[in-house]
Amino acid sequence: MTSNLVIIPLLIPFVVGVVLIFFKDNIKLQRIVSVLSLITTTVFAAYLVQLVQSKGVLTHELGNWKPPFGIILVADMFASLLVLAASIVTLCCVLFAFHTIGERRERFYFYSFVQFLLVGVFGAFLTGDIFNLFVFFEVMLMSSYALIVIGGTKAQLRESLKYILVNVISSALFVIAVAYLYAVTGTLNMADLSQRIAEANQPGILTTIGMLLFIVFALKAALFPMYFWLPGSYSAPPPVIIGLFGALLTKVGVYSIFRTFTLMFYHHPEFTHQIIGYVALLTIVVGAVGAIAYSDVNKILIYNIIIAVGVIVYGVTLTTKAGFEGAIYYLIHDMIIKATLFLLAGSIIRITGTTKLKKMGGLIKDYPLLGWMFFIATISLAGIPPLSGFIGKFLLVQGGLESESYTFVAVLLVSSLLVLYSAIKIFMSCFWGEPKLSSEQEKVSLKCILYPSAILLAVSVFLGLGAEAVIPYVSTAAQTLMDPSIYIQSVLKE
Amino acid sequence: MEILMSIVAGILFTAAVYLMLSRSLLRIIIGTGLLSHGVHLLILTMGGLKGGSVPLLGEKASSYTDPLPQALILTAIVISFGVTSFFLVLAYRAYQELGTDDMDKLRGK
Repeated sequence: MTSNLVIIPLLIPFVVGVVLIFFKDNIKLQRIVSVLSLITTTVFAAYLVQLVQSKGVLTHELGNWKPPFGIILVADMFASLLVLAASIVTLCCVLFAFHTIGERRERFYFYSFVQFLLVGVFGAFLTGDIFNLFVFFEVMLMSSYALIVIGGTKAQLRESLKYILVNVISSALFVIAVAYLYAVTGTLNMADLSQRIAEANQPGILTTIGMLLFIVFALKAALFPMYFWLPGSYSAPPPVIIGLFGALLTKVGVYSIFRTFTLMFYHHPEFTHQIIGYVALLTIVVGAVGAIAYSDVNKILIYNIIIAVGVIVYGVTLTTKAGFEGAIYYLIHDMIIKATLFLLAGSIIRITGTTKLKKMGGLIKDYPLLGWMFFIATISLAGIPPLSGFIGKFLLVQGGLESESYTFVAVLLVSSLLVLYSAIKIFMSCFWGEPKLSSEQEKVSLKCILYPSAILLAVSVFLGLGAEAVIPYVSTAAQTLMDPSIYIQSVLKE
Repeated sequence: MEILMSIVAGILFTAAVYLMLSRSLLRIIIGTGLLSHGVHLLILTMGGLKGGSVPLLGEKASSYTDPLPQALILTAIVISFGVTSFFLVLAYRAYQELGTDDMDKLRGK
C-alpha cells in the first residue's frame, strides 16, 4: 500500500536538525525541541508499526516515480520495528545527554548531529533502493564522524582519524559493489534486483558481488576480521555517544546484511550463508575473548556489542521462521539493552571518574538504585528467563536446532555464560567489595541521570514479560524475510 | 574504450592503495581522494560508455546513453568531497593538537 506516512520518520529529524542549527546558543530551546521531536518520532514509528501490521508493507514513491525507475521508501515490519527501537533509544540517549554531555558540546551542534544521525539510520532502514542505502549510510557516517570528534580531546581526534579512514575505504567498496551490480543487472531497486537475480538463478558473478556487499556491511557491523576499528573508536567519545553508536550504527550493518541476504542473494546458501555463518561464529568467539580479557567498563561492553552482532548475523543463515524471529527479537533487545548498559556505565564513570574496574568498588552502599538497575540490565543481557534476552536466545536456539546447526547452539549457549561472566565482573568489582570512593564522590547526584536508563530498562523488561504482545509483530517481520515475494509484490505491485 | 577506462580506474586504485599505506596523514587523505575518483570512473565504465544520443527526449534518436551512472556519480562525488574536506580539517586539527601527522605515532595504547 502506498502511504505518505513512511517518509515522516525521515522528515521530522531532518527538519528539526536543520532548525536546531539556527539556535546554537539557546541550549534550553535545543533540548526542548529535540526531545519533543524525538517523542513525536517515536509515536509515529509506533503508529507505523501498527499500520504495517494491519495493512501490510507500506511504500512511498518519492516524486511519484514508479519503481523500478524512481527512488522508493519501503516500510516492512522488520524496518518499522527497528525504526521504533532506534527512536526510543535515541530519545533516552538525548535525555541522558542533558546532564552529562556538557555545555561546550551542546553548543557545538550535538543535538543537530544526533538528529542527522537519526535521518541516516532511518533512511537506511526504510530505503528500497541499494544506491540510496549507500547515500543514507553516508549521511549516518558523516554525522557519526562529527559526533565522535565533538569536544576535540586528544584521544577523540586520534581515534576518529582511523574511524574515518576505515569508513571511507568501506564506502568506496560499497560504491564499487553497487557499480558492478548495476553493470550485471541494470537496476538498483532492491525488489527489482531480487526478481532479476532470481530469474538469472544467481550466477557466480552475482554471488561474488553479494560477498563484496557482505564485506562492506561486515565492516560496518564489526564482524570478525573487520571489527578491529571498533574497540578503539568506541572508547574515545563520551558514554552517551558510545551508547548511541553501539545501539544504532552496528545494527544498520546487521540490518543491511539481513536485507541483502534474505531478499536478493539467497539462492546459493551452501556458499554465501555458510561463509556468513563461520564469520558470525568467529565473531562471537573473538568478542567473548575480548569481553573477558579486559578490566575496563567501556571495553567490556564494547566487546559485548561484537558478541551480539555475531549472534544476530548467524540468524541469517538459519533460514527457519523461528530463527528469523529470534534474530529480529534479539536485534531489538540488543539495541535497547546496549544503550541501557552504556548509559548506566556512563553514570558509573560519572561517579568514579574512571573506567578501570580496579579503581572502583563498593558503589552499592551509596547508589543502591544504580546497582540494582545495572544488575537487571546484566541478567537481561545474558538472557536470564523472564527478561528480553531470553526470548531472543530461546527462539535462536529453537531455529538452530531446527536447521541442525548444533555448533551455533553450543557457541551461543557458552557465549551467554561468558557474557554473564564479563558483565557480572563489572557488577562485582564496581558495586561490591571495599568502597574506594572519596567522600566527595559519594554525593554525586544521579537524580536526573538515572531515569533515561530506567525507561530503557522498562522497555527491555516489557520486551521480556510482554513477549506475548510483541511476538505477533516479530512474526510478521520474520514472515516477510522468509518470503521475498511479499516484499517484491508490495513494491512493484504486479 | 571500456577496457582503457578499467585500466585507468585500476591505476587510480593502485596509486590510492600505495598512498594510503604510507605513514603521513596528508598522503593518506590524498589516497582516499584518488580512491573515490577511481570508484567514480568505475561507475561510469560499468554503466557502459556513450552508446547513443544524449538522454533528452526531444532528440528522437534510436538509442540513448544511460543517464543513471552519471546521476550516481554526481551523488558520490558530492559525498566524497564532503568527506575529504572533513577529513582534511580533522587532520589539520589533529596535527595542531597532537603535534604530529605520523600515523605510527598516533597509535594510542
